[in-house]
Amino acid sequence: ELLRVSPKGSEPLQFAGLADVSISEDIPVEGEITVPVGSRSPDEDFSTLDEPVRDTIMRDLKAVGKKFIHVMYPKKSSALLRDWDLWGPLVLCVSLALMLQGGSADSKDDGGPQFAEVFVIIWFGAVVITLNSKLLGGTISFFQSLCVLGYCVLPLTVAMLVCRLVLLAGAGTVSFIIRLIVVLAMFGWSTLASTAFLADSQPPNRKALVVYPIFLFYFVISWMILTFTLQ
Amino acid sequence: EFDDAANLLAANPDATTISIEEPAEIPRNQHGRRQEPGREEDDELLGTSDSDKTELLAGQKKSAPFWTFEYYQTFFDVDTYQVLDRIKGSVFPVPGKNFVRLYIRSNPDLYGPFWICATLVFTIAVSGNLSNFFIHLGKPTYHYVPEFRKVSIAATTIYAYAWLVPLALWGFLMWRNSKVMNIVSYSFLEIVCVYGYSLFIYIPTAILWIIPQKVVRWVLMIFSLCLSGSVLVMTFWPAVRDDNRRIALATVGAIVLLHALLAVGCLAYFFDAPEVDFPAPLVPAHNATTLITKVT
Repeated sequence: ELLRVSPKGSEPLQFAGLADVSISEDIPVEGEITVPVGSRSPDEDFSTLDEPVRDTIMRDLKAVGKKFIHVMYPKKSSALLRDWDLWGPLVLCVSLALMLQGGSADSKDDGGPQFAEVFVIIWFGAVVITLNSKLLGGTISFFQSLCVLGYCVLPLTVAMLVCRLVLLAGAGTVSFIIRLIVVLAMFGWSTLASTAFLADSQPPNRKALVVYPIFLFYFVISWMILTFTLQ
Repeated sequence: EFDDAANLLAANPDATTISIEEPAEIPRNQHGRRQEPGREEDDELLGTSDSDKTELLAGQKKSAPFWTFEYYQTFFDVDTYQVLDRIKGSVFPVPGKNFVRLYIRSNPDLYGPFWICATLVFTIAVSGNLSNFFIHLGKPTYHYVPEFRKVSIAATTIYAYAWLVPLALWGFLMWRNSKVMNIVSYSFLEIVCVYGYSLFIYIPTAILWIIPQKVVRWVLMIFSLCLSGSVLVMTFWPAVRDDNRRIALATVGAIVLLHALLAVGCLAYFFDAPEVDFPAPLVPAHNATTLITKVT
């Protein structure tokens, strides 16, 4: 037989045919062949199946909230870029599209944008801008750029909220001037915030080529917000 | 070894020597050549003196297969100052200079055409909306509408013009090239590039079209049509010049006509006609001198 157990050790001696040649049976071959198990914590960190649902949701909500704060006070931090997520942009896009509903007109053709149109403009616009920046040689990843552009819609969503509240009070010239100032300010904030996050990853002599489409994107969204009228 | 060459040349001044010029020295040749003026203009228009080099460079550049991302990156290989130069070249046509040879130089980009068209779409839609708002402002029955549908119509029209007309023109030029040997031929992307940049003049024109005066609008349109039309004509005339006279004139005429049709169509569809208001019923007859003609 090929397998013989050494009399003093616990390891089976394979290649028993060689035992006669080299190792005396009196000297046991000892040692461990199992890999030592490391600390159990990596396993525990990745296995989030056992935690209560509330913890999972709270963790994601905290991450989204932290990014909202990053957008409102844009500093050069890489946290927004590193841990990208698309929950925030989705929530912002849906709420903006919902708030842009209800603007009525005499015929469907003359009215404001429908829900699907707002959705498509925001997501398609963000994808096109990301592709544009990557084609020009940017080093940012696709989803990171989508994340930044989506999160920077937050000031404009706030502007939409303010506009709706102002429109509740009246639709005259004064309300228009208030709305104009608010939308302009938030448009500037959005553009500056997204430029602050995205500018570093662009090649230096093409920065203007990348920033201009972002400007156009937020301009179109601001225009949709400003021209929103109730019946 | 260079000392040897110098010594050899000193010993035998009449020996034929071969000198390899760098590409930067080629333009000097163009100015140095003072044969017939027509020839020089031809060379500048055709760019034959550096066309070999630029064709070689073009061959080296676009070597990635078309299903990779790097292939499409070659169409966005422009810097900010290059895009600005190309825009300037499309707005101020220099007589005798060819836009393609002067600015594009075998590096056609898709950034300019795409984003100029996108800007033009939104500029026309926004300006049309604003102009209609100001025209109808005083009327009691007027209710402002954002007219968002017009954005998609504008987008379809302008992108179709910027891509289908160059496609048709390129196909036509290729077909004529097979019948008559033309010296100048453009690639499809170069034609798209020229058309895209030639649309830039319509952006400030559309903004100025907010002014609700019919005369002003038509003057602006003719002015911008002349500028961008002349860029197009000067680009494509060398490509059809060697052909049958009538076909050449018909081609150039069709280019200008389509360009004009786009401008007229946009003006007619997106901008309501400014009206002349007579508040006649409220003015008493004996105050006829104070009849105000309100031109809005």
